[in-house]
Amino acid sequence: MAEKFDIEQVRKDFPILDQQVNGAPLVYFDNAATTQKPQMVIDALNHYYTRDNANIHRGLHTLAERATTGYELTRKKLKDFLNAESTDQIIFTSGTTAGINLVAQTYGRANFSKGDIILVSNLEHHSNIVPWQMIAEEKGAEVQVIPVDEAGILDMKAYVELLDTKRVKFVAVNHVSNAIGTINPIAYIIEQAHRVGAKVLIDGAQSVAHFEIDVQALDIDFLAFSAHKLFGPTGVGVLYGKRALLEAMPPYQGGGEMIKEVSFASTTYNELPYKFEAGTPNIADVYAFGFALDYLKSLPKNAVWEQEKALLDYATEQLMQIDGLRIVGQAPEKIAVVSFVIDGVHPQDIGVLLDKFGVAIRTGHHCAQPLMARYELVGTCRASFAFYNTKSEIDLFVKALKRTITMLS
Amino acid sequence: MATINETQDELIEEFGLFEDWADKYEYLIDLGKKLSPMNEAFKTEENVIKGCQSKVWLHAEKHGDHIVFFADSEAIIVKGMISMLIRVLSNHTPAEIMQADLYFIDQIGMAQHLAQTRSNGLVAMVKQMKNYAVAFNAMA
Ligand SMILES: Cc1ncc(COP(=O)(O)O)c(C=O)c1O
Repeated sequence: MAEKFDIEQVRKDFPILDQQVNGAPLVYFDNAATTQKPQMVIDALNHYYTRDNANIHRGLHTLAERATTGYELTRKKLKDFLNAESTDQIIFTSGTTAGINLVAQTYGRANFSKGDIILVSNLEHHSNIVPWQMIAEEKGAEVQVIPVDEAGILDMKAYVELLDTKRVKFVAVNHVSNAIGTINPIAYIIEQAHRVGAKVLIDGAQSVAHFEIDVQALDIDFLAFSAHKLFGPTGVGVLYGKRALLEAMPPYQGGGEMIKEVSFASTTYNELPYKFEAGTPNIADVYAFGFALDYLKSLPKNAVWEQEKALLDYATEQLMQIDGLRIVGQAPEKIAVVSFVIDGVHPQDIGVLLDKFGVAIRTGHHCAQPLMARYELVGTCRASFAFYNTKSEIDLFVKALKRTITMLS
Repeated sequence: MATINETQDELIEEFGLFEDWADKYEYLIDLGKKLSPMNEAFKTEENVIKGCQSKVWLHAEKHGDHIVFFADSEAIIVKGMISMLIRVLSNHTPAEIMQADLYFIDQIGMAQHLAQTRSNGLVAMVKQMKNYAVAFNAMA
């Protein structure tokens, strides 16, 4: 394995990057929305459907055995990836959203009661707000908010005060903000929540692709993320939970796979993790996801982080030189995401024109309307990088952006 | 007064002068800038067209037999698009607007952008303009 991070080779591993869009070389800076997939993942999907496809777990034939082994192997890889205690605590879902809803609808339904407080932060994605509002409404609980400051940093003093003065039962925060890139101090957030007996769900959608998470070291109660933001296929998510919590939780959906015995008089439920995996799961994509984890492991240690840090610093420096441009989210601890606005220009106009130059960024509220409201913005332009991006792509982006601004003014 | 199709043909001709996509967009942006300002009183929540990434307001009035449209948007490219729609559809009768076949969208050479992106709300704008025509028609 190469010890050096070979960007040329890495880019070749992601075939989609090598193409023209609207007559210009593609510059893909929408990695926070979804990441691209290495050839290994694409090949694995192809292999699965060409050689191994069968339904898993109960089949006695060879293909069923292969499919089951492939599916369960990814669970094993995830256990190692997260340093989880056991594979039983790795539950496959369809994505971050599904994982959060699962916890809200099972843990929340069983444990929240009238007057309980569920804390979310002002930085959350809608999918870590709405499921809590739904269960809170049902249970007479209340969702309250950890405030965020001008720079995009969560107010930890206010957080601790909320914990000390309110009946906080649960805390749901993201590890990293998708809209502005802030890395939140989750170790501290978890420690403080546990001090008052509250449980914590970490929305890891935006962090898993950028750095390692050790669920035991961080003492995480629940962690949800999506494979598609981690160089894997769409339609797969992971929910990690502490064993005692998962065991005590009622099942979510009923159906096949999640049962032990069914009769019309009574039904007993299967053990972890199957209790939460009703129905035929997304076998092919789970299998292929394992190869994304292998791919990441094959990269030299720290390379991902160093490459992304270099891209973030360079992009920030280049963008700051543009007149009228303001970066939204200036926390010192950030992943490689730059959210920005330009005086007198609507983000949508920027997005439309950049696309014509082959540059893919995202514009709008980034499913974080409460955060946009906090900053009194209709939306931002967001460029989000992955380790396969380069400084020369940033140059193309900045050049296109300058041209775009000229066209619009 | 030009018919709806005459105006569409004019637009097709105007856009035909540009070869480069950038020039077409610059023209569209220019049309956006030149759109007559909308009375602030019409920028109500009720007049907001749903389904656009940027806010778009549309208001219609009946002047004699004709419908007159007023619109605005926060985003200039969207404003350029509304400006074209207003040029084509405003000052026509409800029946004419209801029956209008807006072929210019495909023929000005920007269809890929204009038609494809749901978030730019072009479809929603056309629909809303036709809804006004239906409503005024029913009242008549
Ligand atoms: C922070 C965060 N949470 C949750 C989600 C939702 O992920 P998914 O749509 O894959 O369920 C996203 C995706 O944009 C996100 O960025």
